[in-house]
This record gives sequence, C-alpha cells and structure tokens, in this order.
Amino acid sequence: MSVLVYTETENGKLKKTAFEVASYAKGVADMLGTSVTAVAVNADDVSELGKYGVEKVLTVSNDKLNNFNAKAYADVLKQAAEKESSKVVVVSSSANAKFLAPILAVNLNAGYASNVVALPESDSPFKVKRTAFTNKAFNVTEITTDVKLVGLSKNAFGLKESDGAASTEDFSPSLNDADFTTEVSSVDKVTGKVPIADAEIVVSGGRGLKGPENWGMVEELADVLGAATACSKPVSDMGWRPHSEHVGQTGKPVASNLYIAIGISGAIQHLAGINASKVKVVINNDPEAPFFKAADYGVVGDAFEVVPQLIEKLKEFKANNA
Amino acid sequence: MKILVCISHVPDTTSKINFTDGDTKFDTNGVQFVINPNDEFGLTRAMWFKEKQGASVTVVNVGEADTEPTLRRALAIGADEAIRINTKPTDGFFVAKQLAAIAKDFDLVIAGRESIDYNGGMVPGMLATLIDANFVNNCISLEVEGQTATAIREIDGGKETLKTSFPLVIGGQKGLVEESDLKIPNMRGIMMARKKSLDVKEPVDGGNATKAVSFEKPAPKGDVKMVSPDNLDELVNLLHNDAKVI
Repeated sequence: MSVLVYTETENGKLKKTAFEVASYAKGVADMLGTSVTAVAVNADDVSELGKYGVEKVLTVSNDKLNNFNAKAYADVLKQAAEKESSKVVVVSSSANAKFLAPILAVNLNAGYASNVVALPESDSPFKVKRTAFTNKAFNVTEITTDVKLVGLSKNAFGLKESDGAASTEDFSPSLNDADFTTEVSSVDKVTGKVPIADAEIVVSGGRGLKGPENWGMVEELADVLGAATACSKPVSDMGWRPHSEHVGQTGKPVASNLYIAIGISGAIQHLAGINASKVKVVINNDPEAPFFKAADYGVVGDAFEVVPQLIEKLKEFKANNA
Repeated sequence: MKILVCISHVPDTTSKINFTDGDTKFDTNGVQFVINPNDEFGLTRAMWFKEKQGASVTVVNVGEADTEPTLRRALAIGADEAIRINTKPTDGFFVAKQLAAIAKDFDLVIAGRESIDYNGGMVPGMLATLIDANFVNNCISLEVEGQTATAIREIDGGKETLKTSFPLVIGGQKGLVEESDLKIPNMRGIMMARKKSLDVKEPVDGGNATKAVSFEKPAPKGDVKMVSPDNLDELVNLLHNDAKVI
C-alpha cells in the first residue's frame, strides 16, 4: 500500500526533481498512514533518498533502459506499483515523466492529475490542486479511480528533509519486445548550458533587444547567475533564438525561483507561461509595459545600459559572497 | 496513409479567464474559441503529408455542437472530412476512450501535446496505449517513409531522435511546422468546407477517472518595487536579502 514515487536519474545520478517528488510522496504517505517506496533506474547511488522520506528503493539495473523509453519505463513502474499494491503513484513534470505518465495511467487504470501544486486537500475523496489555463487559474481535481497518479509541478512543493535511511531492493521487472518498438537513434543535448526545465534562475530576452547579435549580454548575465537563457515568442518566431528557448503559453512553462525579463513587454500569453516563477524582475525602457504589473522588482531603463551594469554588480556580489 | 488529427476547441490565448456557478465552470461569455495551438501545428503538418505524400486527413473533436465552427475551420484549412463525437469532454481518460473508438482505422494520429485550457497533457499518450500504438510526445519534427517514422522530440535541455512505426500517435507542438507555416483559411477553403462531410457520432461507454471540482484564480499580486537604473546595487541587495533568490 506504500506510495510509489518515480525518482529520475541522469547519467546515473538522481536529479533534483527526484528529491522534490520524494518529499511530496512522503507528505501523501503521512496523510494515508503509509510509507514511501521509490523506483530508480540504473542509478549509481540512491542513499540520499532516505533523507527525503523514502523508506525503500526498488533499484532497477538493465542495460536496455540506458536510454529513456517511455513505454518500457511505464512498464517498470506499473510492475512496481502492482508489487507494492500502491494506490498512489507520484511522478515529476519533466519531459520524460510527462511522456510516460499517460501510458502508466492506462496500464494501471488510474486517473491522472498533472501539474499538481500542493498536497491533496483531502485523501478521501482524493482531491488535488493543479494549474490550468496555463497558470491563469487553479483547478481542484478529484481523482475517482482506485489507483491515483499524481504529476507534481516543478518547484511547487520544494524539498522537505526528514530523518531516515532508505533500504534498497533489487527489482527486475520482466520487459518484453513490445516495450521497445520505439527506439532512440540519437540524443542531442546542449552541453555547458542549464536547461530551462532544471534552472533555478532564468534570464529571458524580448524584442526590445533589437536583434540576435545583442544576446551576448543576456548570455553573460545568465553565466554569472548560473541561469538558463530564454526568450519571448516573437524572438523565436523571427528566428533570433531557437524554439527551445521560447517560454509562454505555446512554448515552455517556467517555474524558476527567479525570472529576469529584459525587453519583454509582457503579453498575456507570455505572463501565463512564466507565472509559476517565484520572483520576477523586469527591465524595460517603457514604464507602461504591462509586465511591470506582474513583476516583483522593476527597472525602467535602457537594457543596453542596465544589463552590463547589472552584470558588473553581480560579479562583485559573487566575488564577495563566494 | 490515413491521418487523424485530434482537435481541441479552446479559448483563444488572449482570453481573460473567469469562472461562473460558484467557480465550478469556465465562463465562456465573450470568449473566442479557436483550434488548440498545439493541434494546429499538427494539422498543418498533416496538410504537408497530404500535399507531398498523398495522405488523407480526417479531423476529430470530442465535444457538443458548439464546437462545430472549430471543426469547420479545420476543414477550411484543408482537412478532407471531420468527425464530432457528441459528448462533453469532461476528463482526459474519457476523451482518450472516445478517440480510441475511431482511431483504429488510421495509420497516424496527430494530437497536440496538451490543450491550452486544462493542460492535462494526457490524451495522446492514453489514446496510444488504448489502441496499442507507438507514441512520441513533445514531437517537434516528423518524417514518414512507408510504415516507419522518424520523429524528433524535445527533451529537457535538448532533443532526441526516435525511430518508430505505424500505428503511431504523436503529441505535437511548435516545431512540427513553423508559426509562419500556419494557414489562414481563404474564401475558397471556407466555401469548400461547407460541403465537406462532418459526421456526428454518439459516444461510447467509458467512465471518467477524474472530476474537475472547482476553479480559482491566482491571488492578486503585490505591488512591484521599482529600482532606479542608477542604483542597481539595491536590486542585487533586494534579490539577495529580501527575495533570497541569489
């Protein structure tokens, strides 16, 4: 009956989201009076999960699972959920988790609520709060099936440490050829850059920057802060920046701790996409830009003067606080 | 190649979002409905397959009669025929079961990765699993040769190329085609759309797995704190000491 949580790894290391979903699963398990079992695939070391409330880790080692494969991973989790008789399964909102979750939901005949932002309001009936209308609203959803699948929004719950150590158990689910009818032929990961999905700070540029040649300072600011770079929709549509950087309603959602918008006026679709970010800084030369109404901190000024100065100030700050 | 494109009928991206009936229903008053943007990228890619590879394109929506203008618009863009499954789309699992009842007849099903209203992001993957088809989510490129397909999907921090085969369901998004490739229906398309078949089918049995209980809007935001461009030390200080984000 334990709460099952899928703790993701990258190159054998647990991702930060793994600790967040584990913390959340612990909260649900406390409500239900049960414990947390995690599933980790090809992980080097899972001991840290104990610190976030996991009691047992099912470790799966299988070379066929070196590349992520949604169908096969969903099969692993299904078999783990059945083995543990889990009634609640928790996954993250990573691209991979969102890929496997609907497959898993059908295989477990489970209702699935994605983009969940808080612990269940009640466990019977099982009601969770999630974002809807691309962060323009919240929606309380009741999952009415016996088994429930919860997809937790990134950075919505945070990490909750507790005392404890996790035991491990080797788990060898039986996988069949039908799990591998879609094959990865190549993976193209940008190296040396922080992905928007994992970033705690995002620095974003808009049309106010006048052209792709002016992105050097955006990248430098991102470097100083260890941040990801992003852009508004017009900027990606004009081909100044790749689509993968487009944040907003039809692009990527951003749920970072800090979002810095430079030369972005703040169209409603853009605001929806970044609304889940905790602190927003807006730099714009137009004091009437609608983005200021959605910001926590605003600077009215020419980005080409403000940003280079801000970079210098932040370098000083970093040097003094290293 | 027979292609089915799943179309959600959603509020335009500029819509103000409000609720009625004690915050239990979306307020459609004054709201313009459109083809879900993620579905429109998929529909446009389907048109490409029609033009270049002779595919036939059927569009489907699970919804009541008020969604028909959205289906007609898809026909005006160039789809060959439309199906409306006559029921309220109350839950992702339920919608996937409705689509599964007709999707078996198609080689390729193109849906958007999520609708921009409920953002459930589950219908394409559920549909694929129900009809035992291959599935690629967050798909940003799709090429087809015979019964096999090469798809590129966006992953966190990059992209991944996948080899797969029919039957195939994809959850598509921008990248399948560019924004500038999207088609605005012309008068001829609109006239022709009136004559195309729009078949209304009754729903199959299939219970809901979730229920939307209520809605709420985010709490209003506090005032913005303005910092002078001549005093950026203050901004750094605020971000460090007050907001504690650096």
